[in-house]
Amino acid sequence: MLRGLFILLLCQLLGEIAARGLDLPAPGPVIGLALLAGGLALNARRGGVVEGGEIDRTATALLGSLSLLFVPAGVGVVQYFDLLAAQGLALGVALVASTVLTLLATVGVFLAVKRRTA
Amino acid sequence: MTWRLWVYLQTTPLFWLTATVGAFLVADYAAQRARRHPLVNPVLISVALVAILLKLTHTTYATYFDGAKFVHFLLGPATVALGVPLYKNFALVRANALPMAAALLVGAVVAIVSAVGVAAMLGATREALISLAPKSVTAGVAMAVSEKLGGLPPLTAVLVILTGVIGAVIVTPLMNALGVRDYAARGFAAGLASHGIGTARAFAVDPVAGVFAGVAMGLNAVVTPALAPLILPLMVR
Repeated sequence: MLRGLFILLLCQLLGEIAARGLDLPAPGPVIGLALLAGGLALNARRGGVVEGGEIDRTATALLGSLSLLFVPAGVGVVQYFDLLAAQGLALGVALVASTVLTLLATVGVFLAVKRRTA
Repeated sequence: MTWRLWVYLQTTPLFWLTATVGAFLVADYAAQRARRHPLVNPVLISVALVAILLKLTHTTYATYFDGAKFVHFLLGPATVALGVPLYKNFALVRANALPMAAALLVGAVVAIVSAVGVAAMLGATREALISLAPKSVTAGVAMAVSEKLGGLPPLTAVLVILTGVIGAVIVTPLMNALGVRDYAARGFAAGLASHGIGTARAFAVDPVAGVFAGVAMGLNAVVTPALAPLILPLMVR
């Protein structure tokens, strides 16, 4: 568990350093994600096993509680009750319409391109 | 005596950290009992529970966040952790590289243009429009984009969470109604439109959908910060 957590933190730290130091457009944790996947692939090539290992168990545990991690930021809504009361309708309609359109566009293009290239 | 104990407890990080995890366990239990019905969203319920508790106890968000920040911090390592399912399903991801690239570009543009366009038509202010633009990207990245372009980062965080909840609620009935059975495509759309909350929902529905949602979330976190500064000046003045 501890080693798994250390690897996750280390990848994030290296990602943060790369993002700031090299002025990359990608955020630190996303670079860390790529570093971790790449590191696991290298490790597997040298005979390491990922499935059931420490990093696997730590990642699975953390991702199993992913929804919890959004609660603190979501509670921030209490600071914006006034603004939401004034513009809530515009923002609410925009969020729902945009989410539906984005889902439709994404899944539509994905399936169309997949059919054409298959 | 009890009053003084309460006054003390209310200001400690421990109390609000415990309340956050406790509220989530209650919400997740409800979601489980509802057999993961999309409307019984655990994030939405826990946020409502905590918000009511803050209101009843006259606690400020700053005091609350002093405790909740320990949970919030784990968003970074959790994003990195998506590298594990990505590695495990890499062959499947690589086989879908072309559909993903096309869907990523179109989806990211539609997410920004449709949100800003609809809100502008309905009379939202300039500040709100800028804060709204990166709403489909994961919270930390969206806040950075909002700040750079002149929005209100904490408002962006709230809009991001709302987008995540809306996507997580809508995606399953919408995809079922359309008859989409390709879980790679369903997951990719969920992660692109509604980031980590959509990804959590995708993992609850299907493991392959979860992997593609995680990849979409990661890719959109790179693409939207590049696209938003190009699109916004055309729509907001």
